[in-house]
Amino acid sequence: MLSYILRRILILIPTLLGVSIIVFLMLQAMPGDPAELLLGERATDKALFEIREHLGLNEPLYVQYGLFLKRLMKGDLGETIWTRQKVWTEVKQRFPATIELAVVALFIACFFGVILGIISATRQYSLFDYISMLGALAGVSMPIFWLGLVFMLIFSVNLGWLPLSGRLSIDVDLQIITNFYVLDAVLTRNWVALKDVLWHIIMPAVTLSTIPMAIVARMTRSAMLDVLRQDYIKTAKAKGLSQFKVVFKHALRNALIPVVTTIGLQFGVTLGGAILTETIFAWPGVGKWMYDAVMQRDYMVIQGGTLLIATLFVVINLCVDVLYAIINPRISVN
Amino acid sequence: MAKKISLIFILIAFLFTSAAMAASPKMGGTLVFGRGGDSVGLDPAYETDGNSFLVCDNIYEALVGYADESTALEPGLAESWEISSDGKKYTFQLRKGVTFHDGTPFNANAVVFSIGRMMKTPNVKFVGKEWKIPPQERPPEYWVSMEMDDTIGSIEAVSEYKVVFNLKRVEAPFLANMGMDFADIISPTAFMKNPKEFLRNPVGTGPYKFFQWIRDDRIVLVKNAKYWDKKGGPYLDKIVFRAIPENSVRFLELKTGNIHICQFPNPADIDLARKDANLNLPTQPGMNIGYLSFNHTKEPWKSNLNLRKAIAHAINRKAIVDNIYQGMGQVAKNPIPPTMWGYNTSVPGYKYDLELAKEYMAKAGFPEGKGLGEITLWSMPVPRPYNPEGQKIGVAMAADLKKLGITARIVSYDWGTYLKRQREQPEDMDLFQLGWTGDNGDPDNFLAVLFDGLASSSVRTQWHSEAYHNYMLMGKQTVDQAKRTKIYEDALQLLYDECPVIPIAHSTVIWPSQKKVMNFKLHPTGSVRMKNVWLDK
Repeated sequence: MLSYILRRILILIPTLLGVSIIVFLMLQAMPGDPAELLLGERATDKALFEIREHLGLNEPLYVQYGLFLKRLMKGDLGETIWTRQKVWTEVKQRFPATIELAVVALFIACFFGVILGIISATRQYSLFDYISMLGALAGVSMPIFWLGLVFMLIFSVNLGWLPLSGRLSIDVDLQIITNFYVLDAVLTRNWVALKDVLWHIIMPAVTLSTIPMAIVARMTRSAMLDVLRQDYIKTAKAKGLSQFKVVFKHALRNALIPVVTTIGLQFGVTLGGAILTETIFAWPGVGKWMYDAVMQRDYMVIQGGTLLIATLFVVINLCVDVLYAIINPRISVN
Repeated sequence: MAKKISLIFILIAFLFTSAAMAASPKMGGTLVFGRGGDSVGLDPAYETDGNSFLVCDNIYEALVGYADESTALEPGLAESWEISSDGKKYTFQLRKGVTFHDGTPFNANAVVFSIGRMMKTPNVKFVGKEWKIPPQERPPEYWVSMEMDDTIGSIEAVSEYKVVFNLKRVEAPFLANMGMDFADIISPTAFMKNPKEFLRNPVGTGPYKFFQWIRDDRIVLVKNAKYWDKKGGPYLDKIVFRAIPENSVRFLELKTGNIHICQFPNPADIDLARKDANLNLPTQPGMNIGYLSFNHTKEPWKSNLNLRKAIAHAINRKAIVDNIYQGMGQVAKNPIPPTMWGYNTSVPGYKYDLELAKEYMAKAGFPEGKGLGEITLWSMPVPRPYNPEGQKIGVAMAADLKKLGITARIVSYDWGTYLKRQREQPEDMDLFQLGWTGDNGDPDNFLAVLFDGLASSSVRTQWHSEAYHNYMLMGKQTVDQAKRTKIYEDALQLLYDECPVIPIAHSTVIWPSQKKVMNFKLHPTGSVRMKNVWLDK
């Protein structure tokens, strides 16, 4: 197992190299120029030349890529064009916000998705099944942007239960240590801040969870239906085991393999959806940051951010593979 | 009876006292300002975006300042100034008893350091303690694009509170330039502590001090209790600039009372704000112009004045302002805003007159558009302060031109490419939309920068007119403002007659605020000055 994990981590190096080359070439093919965007309408030939020179954009492509790789070898992702800060520093400030949101959203999606899927499968063609699968269809189809605004109108403007946007109220103090606010509040035993942070995360996380939740629910339902028709389930039932034991001990574990794969893939969907959720809920995460970087042609941010997200994907896939072996010991990681 | 009268007197006195109390500023409170995005950095020399400047406006001050709701110049950190008879030497007498937020005294050396660090090769002289100016991290964009290295020769501290700027050429807008954000004075001590990090740890002399920055979330400023100007504020304990990217969410935050001021709401929300008893609508005509111009590097646009005039009279600009600006703008007669000195009131503006336009078309040699062929109309892909929806405006213009028999094809690119290709004046560009937001209230900042194609190939409208170029040179080299006013009025008349550009509209800025926000005024330059703002509890 350990050598497998090590091998997969080593594969990360050529994967990331490939990603960096593709992203670099795509950026060069993309129209627009960061220097033009920095100066806007007031750009003069002289000012443009000086900025391009400073940013190294007047160098040939292979030199620019070589410099990027050279920095990367030293663990330096470079400096952003707009904010003149180390990309790594910016990542450290924003990634925790996105991860915190994505983890909570994924937790909601998995918890409710799996439960809905199981109940629907065990009560196939019941009213509950129809309603939950209709809900799942709606969940996949509803635009996050619209859903977020509807939630805001209901739970913030009309009912006043939840805060509209942001991560922390203006009048709540929190000592920021890790940038994971939930963790920071726990570490500093600031329960007022913890409550405030959790209150802020509910609405964006639920909004972000709708699509993955719907997909997980549908996948769990169909996987469970397959398993429930197997002979060993009939045997288990014939042996007189309770419905709960049959479903949770014998059926669910076998049905989980495709569900785990789906959940792993949904992590990517969640990160993609984070761009919209973060924009609507003024959530200072990496999604909005990357989107702005693309619009502003901040090459360093796009390159650094993409590499990090690619790394995250590889790690998630690795975790999914390892989970397979844990869930079903017949599967060997080798 | 006497008892009754005295009771009435007491009541009247009470009413007067409470009215006076309501009008007099109250100390304390936290004001939350909702805006569309975060600041990029807080070193005024290196920033180019409005969201950075609006925070800088409260942390820093410049030698000269602008009046409350206009761009009239008034003393800032300089108490007074003198201009030599040849217009090339500016002597500033500085204010005494001012300190930076970090305790560093404000003096001539701080001015020399702040401005001198932007010079490509600093030619500066300090008095007493010398500051070593570190090499620039990157070119200071405003300084470079305003060609300040070609204007300022040297900067000298002649005494602790006197600074002299020696100019290389006569530059009448120099004083107005010194009021701009890039010319703010910073604490040399704070800068030298860590030049690379100064943009995230700003220190100035302004009414509010930097306290905290959570990226993409908030910037918090706190009151500078030792502020030098004892007239008025600062009144607030804290100002929080919150980034809320989505316009409708920002407006909802205002409606629910979570923020006090909402920057750039959706035009559709303005009506809702008007009907809300808890909201005010601070309004300011923007110091900007959205215009349509021609590719003056090619025919027929270059020399066919009748064709240009035909297009100018065919475009229904009022309909554009009513429907696309949604009333948040005014039809432009001149390409400078009416609030600016030098505005020529006698210019009638191109009225919408299809028959007249057709006559000009016939005179131009293209009756009913015959012989002109399909033309391109470049339309902006992004909303700008002077143009809310370039593509919709393009469609409206194309429909107007169709009535003249002209087929116009809308062309657009992403914003960076649009700017880049437009500067190259390509063969496939006939008409283009663009605009400008003024920096300092000087007509030169509009008229020379935008239309004097003979001055530089960087001028977006490559219209080459000797007469106009001479006006612009005269305007720069004449120090007397009355004379300059006349020069710019004449230049505007020439622009109207020669029609190298069709001014479309000046947009109006409306930022709704809570009723309890007192004394908040929008400034034509777009700056946000909180010094005298207070919260009525």
